[in-house]
Amino acid sequence: MVRSYTFLLLLFFTFNCFSQLQVTGRVLEYNDKGKTIGLPDVNVYWLSSTIGTTTDLSGNFKIPFNKDYKFLVVSSIGHRSDTIPVNRPSLGNIVLYPNVVLEEVIVEKEFAPLQKSLFKVQNVVAVDGREMLKAACCNLSESFETNPTVDVNISDAILGAKQVQMLGLNSPYLMFTQENMPSIRGASQVFGLSFTPGSWIESIQITKGAGSVLNGFESISGHINSELVKPLADKRFFVNMYANNYERYEFNSRVNHNISDFLGVGFYIHANLRNGHIDRNKDSFLDTPLAKQVNFMNRWQYLNPENGWVSYLNMQYLSDSKEIGQSDFNPDTDKLTSNSWGSEINTSRWDLSAKVGYVFPDLPYQSFGFQTAFSSHDQNSFYGLNLYDINQNAFYSNLIFNSIIGSTQHKFKTGLSLTHDGYKETVNSSSFNRNDNTIGAFFEYTYDNLEGLSFEAGIRADHSNNLGNFVTPRFHLRQSLWDKASFRASFGRGKRGTNIFSENQQLFASSRQIVINGTGGNYYGLRPEKAWNYGVSFIQKLYLWNRVLDFSIDFYRTSFEDQIIVDWENPREIAFYNLDGKSRSNSLQIDLNYEILQDFHLRTTYKYFDVIADYNSGRLTKPLQPSYRFFVNLGYETQKKYERQWRFDITSNWLGKQRLPNTSSNPEAYQLPTHSEGYVLVNTQITRVFSNKFELYIGGENIGNFTQKEPILSSNNPFGPYFDSTILYGPVLGNTYYAGFRYKI
Amino acid sequence: MKTILFAVFTVMLVSIGHGQEKNKSVTFEIKGNCGMCKNRIEKAAIKIKGVKFTSWNADTKEFHAIIDERKCSISDIKKRIAEVGHDSEGFTAPDEVYDNLPECCKYRDPASIHMDHGKH
Repeated sequence: MVRSYTFLLLLFFTFNCFSQLQVTGRVLEYNDKGKTIGLPDVNVYWLSSTIGTTTDLSGNFKIPFNKDYKFLVVSSIGHRSDTIPVNRPSLGNIVLYPNVVLEEVIVEKEFAPLQKSLFKVQNVVAVDGREMLKAACCNLSESFETNPTVDVNISDAILGAKQVQMLGLNSPYLMFTQENMPSIRGASQVFGLSFTPGSWIESIQITKGAGSVLNGFESISGHINSELVKPLADKRFFVNMYANNYERYEFNSRVNHNISDFLGVGFYIHANLRNGHIDRNKDSFLDTPLAKQVNFMNRWQYLNPENGWVSYLNMQYLSDSKEIGQSDFNPDTDKLTSNSWGSEINTSRWDLSAKVGYVFPDLPYQSFGFQTAFSSHDQNSFYGLNLYDINQNAFYSNLIFNSIIGSTQHKFKTGLSLTHDGYKETVNSSSFNRNDNTIGAFFEYTYDNLEGLSFEAGIRADHSNNLGNFVTPRFHLRQSLWDKASFRASFGRGKRGTNIFSENQQLFASSRQIVINGTGGNYYGLRPEKAWNYGVSFIQKLYLWNRVLDFSIDFYRTSFEDQIIVDWENPREIAFYNLDGKSRSNSLQIDLNYEILQDFHLRTTYKYFDVIADYNSGRLTKPLQPSYRFFVNLGYETQKKYERQWRFDITSNWLGKQRLPNTSSNPEAYQLPTHSEGYVLVNTQITRVFSNKFELYIGGENIGNFTQKEPILSSNNPFGPYFDSTILYGPVLGNTYYAGFRYKI
Repeated sequence: MKTILFAVFTVMLVSIGHGQEKNKSVTFEIKGNCGMCKNRIEKAAIKIKGVKFTSWNADTKEFHAIIDERKCSISDIKKRIAEVGHDSEGFTAPDEVYDNLPECCKYRDPASIHMDHGKH
């Protein structure tokens, strides 16, 4: 009896399995509290059929299997439908998202925060505001920490100014623009990156190699443009506060108001304070400056697509003061005395700029634009017993006309520029005054054969009172090779006069003698710098296991026809002289980026540098230049559930050994090895998004706590002959932890 | 130096002069479906001598161009676009060209518009 029942039961089961195979599952959604709940009355049907069912009260469904169909559609009003491949009898939990939430997800998915284009003619990396949220990112200098294209280094052990390098060349060889108008240059070269608050930046475009002729002739290794937030598009109100464990506090706020659909006004304020007397390495010198900054901007935006006019007006005022040196230094009693080594750097700066653009309403390919800017920069400072003041008044104007030749396959830009820079410098008892006036014209032609080949050929001719008459050519080419692969090549020339003191201000924080071996040029007796830059790059994007992988490799060479060599090789002096012989920089970069798991991104970069120059003492590699850098960044973002989200980010940098300037003539106690050790730096950040309005973040920088052992030579005798803080190859400050919040409506 | 400046100015002036010549704005319907169609239509038209600017809207099927009427005409454009596979009033694409279009671009079949055009 029992046997026959078992038999019947078995028969029943097999019958059930073979003829009435059921596919089961449960449809869920997230409730207000972020918990999943069953979704009743959802339509579940086989794709391209009328065979279907609906879910029960708790969201469960059962549908007979049909071998003719492979996909199930799950759809419910107010939710985004889902189509699921049926490859197993139990589909488990299927979560449907409301339509609105999903639209947001799509937008964020489409563009990665760091973009390398397949189609742009120039080799440009575009960084948007989301990428900048990944670093502590208090100002522009700190916004490159998760970006491998640019290297961030620190000027010296006392000033602690963050500087950027590209292609193995220091920041003066890079052109910085703010909304396509030259910004960090001349007097603001060393500290300028800290004068643009990170929260004001909407996006950054980094162009490697010779830039465009539109913005001038000065760029040699590349061009970094930062776009600020625009009043008409920005949030109405934003506030951000930040604090770290070294008593550094930052405050940012933006208020925008749309006066009409076409006219908007914004008021942006930034203030920071560094109040901590930090001397963790016990060398009596502060590891990080004491600083105060107030930065205010008022901007107006007019944008009328109907009549074709666009206009911006910006006014910015900045006041920045820093106090550095020995921790017992009291500026009231010790300034310019040998009681204690100290320094103060006080800067105030005005910027006024305006832009007007007009697009011909009937001819969408034709437009003109006019940009003009005026700035006044005033720095008063002393470093120990050295006095240094610089004042720069700069005027910039540029008129650009865009149109076509025959058709939009042949575009051109042409225009005129007029610039003036007036410098007044005092270095101890000597003063240096100089006026640079330049007038120039440019023409840039862009061709696109629409079959994958495009190129951009630009030339400009300038007349300058100090640089003479000269021509600057720039050329970029792109060729599509096969599916999602592009090859690029570029070459171009740059020329610039050097502000030797303001660009190398760290020299004042040493006992080095300043030596200028001029040969009759217009820049402190030195001739201007001239260089050619050549580069090739290859990029391939592909789908690997349904996720985008991108691979790119590029190689750039900069070779100087003339250069001002900054020679640190004699520890008693710093010498400036024109290049006699060869100077070149080779740089290789390989990137591999992949989304390993959904929303889990890996970025890796390897860079190799070979930078040499002929010094008076012979051919040497560039000091304080890591031979290689290996960069890894991992980022993970959880799915947004009712605006809530977690974001995790970790960045690691391996830096190769660096050649240190020669110190062999120092007494043994003050000698350094020929090369520094290699080291690793790790930064991390966690962000909790509570809603579209509010988020909190915490993070750590240099969490491995690597610091340079003895960043300052002869720190116990700062007025003696061996005092030197300029040989810095690693961080002075150990691990730093910070927390902050952002609120926007 | 002066000659270079002069040359640049001349080029500027010539170009402005060029822009002031006959710029006829024309708009008509071209059949098509997706972003791939847009690319094909605009590319075919811009290569015609006298066509300065082209833009095709996949949603409205409206084709907009700016042309120099002394060098080309609307029927030149429609003819050329038909040759690459897209019909318009009075011009029909040859069947052998149409049949070679990717599946999602076969606009004559009303169902093709519902295909996945996401990646194009």
